[in-house]
Amino acid sequence: MTSKSNPAMMLCTPFHSRVAAACELNAWGTWKGYTTPRAYTDVELEYFAIRSTTGVFDLSPMNKYRVTGTDAEAYLNRMVTRDVSKIRLGRVGYTVWCNDAGQVMDDGTIFHLGENDYRVCAFARAIDWMHWSALGFDVEIVDESDEVAALAVQGPTSCAALLAMGLDGLEQLKPFGLMTFPFEGTTLTVSRTGFTGDLGYELWVSPDKAELLWDRLFAAGKPHIIKPFGSDALEMARIEAGFLQAGVDFVPAESAVRNGRSRSPFELGLAWLVDMDKPVFNGRKALLREQAEGSRYRFALLDVDGNKPAQHSFILREGKKVGTVTSAAWCPTAKTNVAFAQLEMPHGKVGEELVAEIYYQRELQWTRVLAPCRVIDAPVFNPARRRATPPGDF
Amino acid sequence: MNDHSFTGGQGVAAMACSAELRVAPGTGLRAERALKKYDAIVIGAGHNGLTNAAYLAKSGLRVAVLERNPYIGGATVSRELFPGWTYSNCSYVCSLLRPEIARDLELPRHGLQVVPYGGGVTFKRDGDYYGNYYDHNRQYREMARHSKRDANAYERYATDVMKQTRLIRPYLLRRPPDPTSLKWRDLRDLAGFARSFTEMGEEGLADTLKFWTKSVGDYLDEYFETDVIKAHLGGTGVIGTALGVYSPGTAYVLLHHYMGDVDGNVGSWGFARGGMGAVAGALAKSFQAFGGEIICDADVYQIMVRHGRVRGVALADGTEYHADIVVSNLDPKRTFLDVMDPADLPEDVVRKARNFKIRGSSGKLNIALDGLPTFNGLDQGSPLMLGDMHFTDSLQRLERAYDDWKEGTWSKDPYVDMLIPTQTDPTMAPPGKHMMTVFVQYAPPRINGKDWTDADKAGFEKSVIDQIAAHSPDFRSLILHCETRTPREIEAEVGLTEGNIFQGELTFDQLLFNRPFPGYAQYRGPVRGMYMCGSGTHPGGGVMAAPGANAAREILADLRRPDVVPGAYADD
Amino acid sequence: MTDTYDVILVGAGHNGLVCAGYLAKAGRKVLVLEANDSPGGAAATREFAPGYFVSACAQWLYQLHPRVSRELELERHGLQWAAKNIPSVLLDEGGRHLTQLGGHIAGDQLASEDIAAYRAFHDRTGKYVKLLAKLFEARPPKLVESNFADRLVLARLGLGLKLLGRDDMSDLMRNILNNMYDLMEENFDSPQLKALLSLDSVLGSHMGPRTPNTVFSYLYRRVGEAFGYTGVAQVKGGMGALGEALAGAARARGVKLRLGTRVSAIELFNGRAGGVTLASGEQLRAAVVVSGADPVTTLEKLVGYRNMETGMARRVSQIRCRGSVAKLHLALDGLPRFTMLEDEQFGQRLVIAPDMNYIERAFNPVKYGEYSAAPALDISIPTVHDPATAPAGKHVLSVIVQFAPYAPAGGWDEHRERFTRLVIDCIGRYAPGIQDQVVASQLLTPADLEREYGMTGGHWHHGELSMDQVMMMRPFPGATQYASGIDGLYLCSAGAHPGGGLMGLAGRNAAREIIKRGAAA
Repeated sequence: MTSKSNPAMMLCTPFHSRVAAACELNAWGTWKGYTTPRAYTDVELEYFAIRSTTGVFDLSPMNKYRVTGTDAEAYLNRMVTRDVSKIRLGRVGYTVWCNDAGQVMDDGTIFHLGENDYRVCAFARAIDWMHWSALGFDVEIVDESDEVAALAVQGPTSCAALLAMGLDGLEQLKPFGLMTFPFEGTTLTVSRTGFTGDLGYELWVSPDKAELLWDRLFAAGKPHIIKPFGSDALEMARIEAGFLQAGVDFVPAESAVRNGRSRSPFELGLAWLVDMDKPVFNGRKALLREQAEGSRYRFALLDVDGNKPAQHSFILREGKKVGTVTSAAWCPTAKTNVAFAQLEMPHGKVGEELVAEIYYQRELQWTRVLAPCRVIDAPVFNPARRRATPPGDF
Repeated sequence: MNDHSFTGGQGVAAMACSAELRVAPGTGLRAERALKKYDAIVIGAGHNGLTNAAYLAKSGLRVAVLERNPYIGGATVSRELFPGWTYSNCSYVCSLLRPEIARDLELPRHGLQVVPYGGGVTFKRDGDYYGNYYDHNRQYREMARHSKRDANAYERYATDVMKQTRLIRPYLLRRPPDPTSLKWRDLRDLAGFARSFTEMGEEGLADTLKFWTKSVGDYLDEYFETDVIKAHLGGTGVIGTALGVYSPGTAYVLLHHYMGDVDGNVGSWGFARGGMGAVAGALAKSFQAFGGEIICDADVYQIMVRHGRVRGVALADGTEYHADIVVSNLDPKRTFLDVMDPADLPEDVVRKARNFKIRGSSGKLNIALDGLPTFNGLDQGSPLMLGDMHFTDSLQRLERAYDDWKEGTWSKDPYVDMLIPTQTDPTMAPPGKHMMTVFVQYAPPRINGKDWTDADKAGFEKSVIDQIAAHSPDFRSLILHCETRTPREIEAEVGLTEGNIFQGELTFDQLLFNRPFPGYAQYRGPVRGMYMCGSGTHPGGGVMAAPGANAAREILADLRRPDVVPGAYADD
Repeated sequence: MTDTYDVILVGAGHNGLVCAGYLAKAGRKVLVLEANDSPGGAAATREFAPGYFVSACAQWLYQLHPRVSRELELERHGLQWAAKNIPSVLLDEGGRHLTQLGGHIAGDQLASEDIAAYRAFHDRTGKYVKLLAKLFEARPPKLVESNFADRLVLARLGLGLKLLGRDDMSDLMRNILNNMYDLMEENFDSPQLKALLSLDSVLGSHMGPRTPNTVFSYLYRRVGEAFGYTGVAQVKGGMGALGEALAGAARARGVKLRLGTRVSAIELFNGRAGGVTLASGEQLRAAVVVSGADPVTTLEKLVGYRNMETGMARRVSQIRCRGSVAKLHLALDGLPRFTMLEDEQFGQRLVIAPDMNYIERAFNPVKYGEYSAAPALDISIPTVHDPATAPAGKHVLSVIVQFAPYAPAGGWDEHRERFTRLVIDCIGRYAPGIQDQVVASQLLTPADLEREYGMTGGHWHHGELSMDQVMMMRPFPGATQYASGIDGLYLCSAGAHPGGGLMGLAGRNAAREIIKRGAAA
């Protein structure tokens, strides 16, 4: 909880003492008002920890909302686009939620923790919307963002590192599964989830046990080459894995001031998350209309020629602007230059050849490159170990 | 120094109307002046009058501004009423001043600097407070301390208010469309107006219409659950307005206070360095740089009309100034019921002017302090004190304050908008000393139908001082001097009828094509050559300078001269 | 399921019955379900004390659209008038009353200037009323997604405005959002005249004369003039007789009416309304469901917030319907002795509201959940014109008490007796000794009205008639033209355009819209 006396100060996560000690670069950023590292030692090396050994990311500032009560499932089912009844107990589901206009407010994960007991993890703050959504439902909504500390432990050796920490049986945990372990008189919840597209887990713990968890994890993980990573390395990994980010790849619908700036799940390439068989959920009527009338935009993954990231680029077709890039990066593992683009319909079909108008600067000299690019059908990084159970020894 | 020897902010505005341009009645110059003929005369050296005059002069006209007081500025003044202290004793903060005008008239070169302030706090009766921060995350945390839901709802609220702000801002530097006209230019304006509405979609348009017709209280109730947060945000919905927070139409008044900006930060507010007189001072210098003349102590008695067109003005002392263009920066009541002869006016104008709503609803205390006061529950020197401070912690208290006004008396538990600009501006008090400006809502133009007495004024002052002192133990002992201004003083000194700070209520029946009244909303008066340029015209009150600029554009169009008035920056 | 219906209509309020009548007339098979044992909703007559009958909710008729009564042949179905063209009398404690009927006013205290000014005012505003009436007779146009019909309505409105002439058009555009207090001050001197007209502007609403928007509600109140009414009228047998006549008209056109049948839920099938469940558990199906209940009751209680999307639930929950009016019924053992009231005036509309500030002061406390010691009153003694509604020689006095809070601190049980006494004493100042004539009394607070007639918040108009809740914003953005936001479910009550009052237009317009949509409804 924020104290009355220092609302002006930056907040620290429960792991801060350990994070600060490891943050050799002293390169800090801010996430939701928390002091968080952009990088600890070196962005490239941190990135390769995720892809080659184990990387650890402090995701405590993430918004976490607990939903309990007899209507918890029905409530979530009405709020999000997916069929929540299919997220079985002990499982996690990725989903988006929309406003009535069928425009995406955020994406996030739903943890089915117990009977009538769920946790929603969201990038944007959602407590107000969740309360409004609770009208007519017997549910209790609690913002437990400050009551749960969390670490993402990601990479090929992450399972081994966590097993070494004593999380017996973790190798049996399937993707999007949940397990709990006793931890110093409290419960440590582990989910096989992440934002890197690799084998990985997220650890959820009481804030007063946070430092202890960090210490145990890094001690056990040392032989498995465990390293903390900051938000810059995460950005590379998530683009490589094809994950969208609210506020970057789309404007959360109710934060959009200008008409037409928000996007529907269809326009973000997330149609697979929308279950039109549900009789009522937020955005359904508008999405049915969109299905009938057609979308305005299409999300496209682009494979861009050359090695210059197409950040902030216009996408051209026969010299005419047909879209813009929202995220872009050179992907070191896949050795591909990837961009996420919002293209005006009917552009963006898989295989379509386009041109990215890229501006980059070397020693103060700006250069314009017209880089051919094509729409691809899947993220460039998607290893088998991400899905294998047990994940195997890497 | 006495009241009349000071003519502007320290250093900055002091030259605005110094002896070199003052023409005291009865001097040898008088006869010569009397013979002088100008292209245009502007009555009143308020910020809009000066803006208007500056643009007329810029276009090459010979222009004189006539000011009744020995100092310029109207309600945009800095005055040293206590030795060593400068009071912005009417308007006191700056946000609405259109940057297009400030830049175009080179106000910075002429001495204007607007410095944004942070902070802001509403004290609660239980000893806690709600503080305001400009940084989004700090703001969120402080709000979340009271209600996490409200802190989150604020994000949606800010988005929704910004939608409305974006809608209105392009119209600030334009004349309002006339829906009754069939002229091509009006139809085109109206079509553009309609287009910006239809772009919002059916529901968006409905939301907009709801916003424009709703009360600020109802509007805030739709977002927030916490009294103190609603009160902190809601006060601006009634500032300067003779309506309560639950009166329909006040959501617009809130918007009126959000639609300005400081250096592109929409909704930000700042101090004019040296006090608000610095605004008038810079405008005056800009005007003079274009060759304009300011004549103080020139109390206009009447606008002279012959054969249906304006000939000039006559002063109370008999002096006459001739011009084919006369622009009134006075409020609509004073313009049509005071300085014009009813015989020169169509009947409907007199009636409309009589019915024009210009309610006195606020007062002001300007206080010289021996040091920075402390406030219960707040750290000494807290950054929250840099901004607007309030003691009304619920909308219900705000509404009850309005009930007092309706009963013809000042609020016994008033809503105050209190600032200590000397924490930001070092020029307004001696080092270590402070100046406090306390805007007070509500104060009626008359007490129970009778004029304010000195006893009433003392009672009004006491209700304010008591409220502040209840939250600040050392406040009383720090007071060195207090200037209390009820609507009586505001009217007498500034010439704002009933002491209304906006030159007329900002209710929808007096906005856009209804301001000041239907049929006369495009700055042209009912007599040829006569114009209005005050806050009583679109887009209304606040130190915006837009009415003055817009009026100049219309005058120049009538004279078939090139338009030298800038349009609005394109917002995106 | 024994019978099948094209349309199930929930609630036999007057708009519901009108809607049912028109739908049946167009050949639809309609079932109307009503929780109460008598039809009419707020058009009700109740026996509040043995032998004493009263129009329990609405007491005057002054807006019922003539097309509705003609097309549904209400007089053939039993609608009779006890009296028509009833003037209003603003009571004066000293007996110098003011009487008003249409454009005519009379009174000892009136200056001739005011009489002339009133005449001019009445004529001028009468033109606005006609324009408003035209707007009320059609569905509210959409502005952005407008089709040809909408644009036609808008064009007619635009033309109507232009035809007012420049002066009147700009006068209307200025005043439509103005408040009554200022408008009265601009036009008249007589405090009585100003009070009488401004009371009209706040009846049934949560507004005082100084509240911006009251000019609109004043014009709204007068819209009956465009339908041929002068003053108010009284229905023989009480307002329930109107309910019976409407029910008769509906039945005659084949509508099946089930009274004493409470609907507990409107059922959705794949997001579309398709039937109802009764309190008994019985389930009924129809392709279209129409609700005559207020929008909040319909959507919150019968559909359920969980069955609609969040944004819509939020909108419904934000409809303002703070009922602020109480109704007091007195059984009297004789005619009260109003000071200096002429005999023929006893059957007229008697108003207690000495001046505008009095009304404003009566309003102030209700903002805070309190009530004033001096409320404004709109009184009728229906037994003068309709003696059969009380035992021989006895009388009923029915009062609209403006204002009363929905939930005073401590609850109404704590205040009921005190409030009743306060109102009686207030009348007693104008009719000395009335306290001793009271045989029985019944107070209906906003909470009672909500319970008895299912009106959320006890609000007469099913939602405040303020500018942000009219036209295409009524009941809320996204639900307009009688659609509810739920496919297959329509709204035909006062909560839809044009709003409250016994007008019948919401029901008629809704029926026309449903008929026009045909199979797409």
